[in-house]
Amino acid sequence: MLKISNLHVSINNKEIIKGLNLEVKAGEVHAIMGPNGTGKSTLASVIAGREIYEITSGTIFYKGKDIQTMSIEERASEGIFLGFQYPVEIPGVSMTNFMKTAVNEQRKYRGQDPLNSTDFLALMEEKKKLVEIQSNLTNRSVNEGFSGGEKKKNEIFQMAMLDPALAILDETDSGLDIDALRVVANGVVKLRRPDNAFIIITHYQRLLDYIVPDFVHVLFEGRIVKSGRKELAMELEERGYEWLKNGNF
Amino acid sequence: MKTETTLTGITLKEKLIRAFEEEFLPGLADEKPFMKEIRQQSIETFQSLGFPHQKMEDWRSTSLQKTLSRQYIQEFTSPSPKEDVSKIFKCDIHHLDTHLLTLLNGWHVDTGIELTVLPDGMIFGSFNAARKQYPELFEKYYAKQAPYLSNGLIALNTAFAHDGIFIYVPDGVVATRTIQIVNIINQAENLFIQPRNLVILGKNASLQLVHCDHSVQHKASFVNSVTEIFLGENSFVDHYKLQNKDNDATVITNSFFHQSANSRLISNVITFNGGLIRNNLSTTLAGQGADAQLFGLYLADKDQHVDNNIMVDHQSADCTSNQLYKGILDDQAMAVFNGHIKVRRDSQRTVASQNNKNILLSDKATIHTQPHLEIFADDVKCSHGATVGQLDPEAMFYMRSRGIREDTSRMLMMYAFAADVINHIQIPPVRHQIDEMVYRRLKGELSNCDQCIIDCNATRPQIFEIDMSKI
Repeated sequence: MLKISNLHVSINNKEIIKGLNLEVKAGEVHAIMGPNGTGKSTLASVIAGREIYEITSGTIFYKGKDIQTMSIEERASEGIFLGFQYPVEIPGVSMTNFMKTAVNEQRKYRGQDPLNSTDFLALMEEKKKLVEIQSNLTNRSVNEGFSGGEKKKNEIFQMAMLDPALAILDETDSGLDIDALRVVANGVVKLRRPDNAFIIITHYQRLLDYIVPDFVHVLFEGRIVKSGRKELAMELEERGYEWLKNGNF
Repeated sequence: MKTETTLTGITLKEKLIRAFEEEFLPGLADEKPFMKEIRQQSIETFQSLGFPHQKMEDWRSTSLQKTLSRQYIQEFTSPSPKEDVSKIFKCDIHHLDTHLLTLLNGWHVDTGIELTVLPDGMIFGSFNAARKQYPELFEKYYAKQAPYLSNGLIALNTAFAHDGIFIYVPDGVVATRTIQIVNIINQAENLFIQPRNLVILGKNASLQLVHCDHSVQHKASFVNSVTEIFLGENSFVDHYKLQNKDNDATVITNSFFHQSANSRLISNVITFNGGLIRNNLSTTLAGQGADAQLFGLYLADKDQHVDNNIMVDHQSADCTSNQLYKGILDDQAMAVFNGHIKVRRDSQRTVASQNNKNILLSDKATIHTQPHLEIFADDVKCSHGATVGQLDPEAMFYMRSRGIREDTSRMLMMYAFAADVINHIQIPPVRHQIDEMVYRRLKGELSNCDQCIIDCNATRPQIFEIDMSKI
C-alpha cells in the first residue's frame, strides 16, 4: 500500500528526514516510535502532502502511484488520512458542515453522487456510536473549545467518517487520560480491516497495549534505526530512548 | 408638482444653501416655529462648517471629493403620482412577516395610509406626516441626539429634513412584527437625498428593525441620512442595516442612539456592496446599566470604500458595550474602522470592548483601523484589538487533509470568518437571508441587481469576484 524509499526531507534548508525506508502492506498496523524531534511528525505531514516541506530525494509510492505530484486533497481522496497531533480549531465552521463537505468532495473525486442530508446524518450517527463520541461535539464548530481529549476523539471520529485506506495517527495518544485513550484505541481496533492499514506514531508503549502492532519502528535522527515486532516497543519502554542515543541500534 | 433643483456650476455647498432659501423654505410655510428654528440654525451651521474634509481627524482616510464634484438633483416634494414600488423592487426575506415601509428617493411611499396606528398605540409611517401630526413628540425628541450644531453633514440633513420613517413604540409595548424599512433610489438623473428617521421607544418597549439600502437605477447617487433612535428605560432595540448599493453610490448614514437605564441595543451593519459608504454610528449610554452590542461586516472589492465610524459614549455607571466589526477586502478596496469609546468620569464599573478583524485578499486592498479610547473613570474594564491577516494556513492544511478542495476550503474559512458576525443576528429569517447573501457574495454570485426586478439591460450587473488564485 505504501512504499517509501530513501526519503530525504528538508524545511528551510534543514534536513529532517535523512534516508528513510518504510513499507506498509494492507491489513498491517505499524507503530513508529522515537524521541522528540527525530522527524516523526514531519514524516506524517509529508505523506499527507504538507507543502512547507521539501522532498530533496527519494520516493513515496501509495497504491502503486507516486504521490509527490498529488495535492493534499487528492491524497486524502485517494484514502490517506492524517490524524493531527494538534487538531486545528476552525471557528464558525460546524463539524457537520465540515464533515459533509469533506465526505461529499471525496465522493465527487471518486465519481460518486453526494450523500443527501438524511443519508449523511445517518452515517454520522452510525460512526458516532462506533467511536463513542458525544453527539454534542458535532453541533459545535470544528474543534473550537474542545478539550484535548475531545479533539483527539474527534480525529478518530473523522477517520471513521472518511474510512481511509491508510490512516496515519500522529501522537493521537499524547495527553489523553486512560478513558480517552481507550476510546481512541477502540476506534482503531474497530476500524481495522484486511484492506486498510495504520501507521501509529507514539512516544509510549501504552497505546500499543490496546492496538497490537504488526511492526514497530524506531525513528532516530531522521532514519529508521531499528524495526521489530511488538516486543520492541516493550524493550524501548523498559530501556528508554537513552539506550538508542548510546548507539545501540 | 415636482420641484427640482439642478445643482450645476457653483459648488454643491453654495447650491444647497441657495436652494434652501429659495426653493425649500417657501414650501414649509405651515411648519411649527421650533422646527423652523432648528432648520435655521442648521443651515447656518452647514454654512460655516460645510462638508467634511480630509484634514478632519475622523475623515482622514475617506474623501468626499469625487462625490461632491458630481452634479445632483434634489426633489423637494413627494414624487407624484405615487409609484407602485412593487413593480421595481421586491425584498424577499422568506418567512418573515414584517410591516414594510418603503422610501423611494427619500420619500415615504404609502398606499393611502401615511401613518399606521395600531390598537396598542404603536405608530409607524411617514416622518413628514408625523412631524405635522405629533408635534409634541417631535418637540421632545427630534434633533435631541443628532449634533446639528457641530457637524456639517448632520446640519445639512437637519436643514432639509423632509421625509423618512417615524416609529413610536409606547411604554410597555413589544412590537411583535419586525419593521422593515427599504430605501430605494430610482432616478434617471444623479440624485441627492437626505432621509430623516425618528424612532422612539418608551419604557419596557421592544422593537426589531431591518433597514435595507438598495439602488435600482445605475446612476450616481448621494445619500446623507440621519436616524435618531431613543431607547426608553429597560427597552430593547434590535437593529439591522443591510447595504447593497451599486458602485457609483455614495452613502453616508448617521445613526444616533440614546439609551436610558437598562436599555439594550443590538446593532448589525452589513455592507455587501457600494461605491463609497460611510456609516457613522453613535450610541450614548445615558442611563445606568445600559448595554450596546454593535456588530458589523463589510465585503468590498474593486474600488469600493467602506468606512465605519463608531462612538460609544459611556455617560453612566454600570454600562456595557461591545464592538465587533469584520471585513473581507479584495482588489483595491479600502476600508476604514474608527472605533471610539469614551468613558466619562463618573461611569464606574464600565465594561467596554472593541474588536476589528480584517482579511485582505489582495496586496492592493487597504484597511485603516484605529481605536480611540478616552477613559476618565478609574474602575473600568476596556479592551480593544485589531487584526489584519490572511487565512490561517494551519486550518487550510487541516481542511485539505480531509479531502476538501483548496478553493472550497478558502470559501468555508471566509464564510466562517463572516459567520462570527452573522451568528449574532437574532431574527432567524433575517439571519438565514444574510447568511445566504454573504455566501453568494463570496462566491461571486450576488450582484447589486439582486432582488431588483426592473429590466435594465443597459447595465451589466456588478458582482464581487474573488480571484481565488491570488490568496
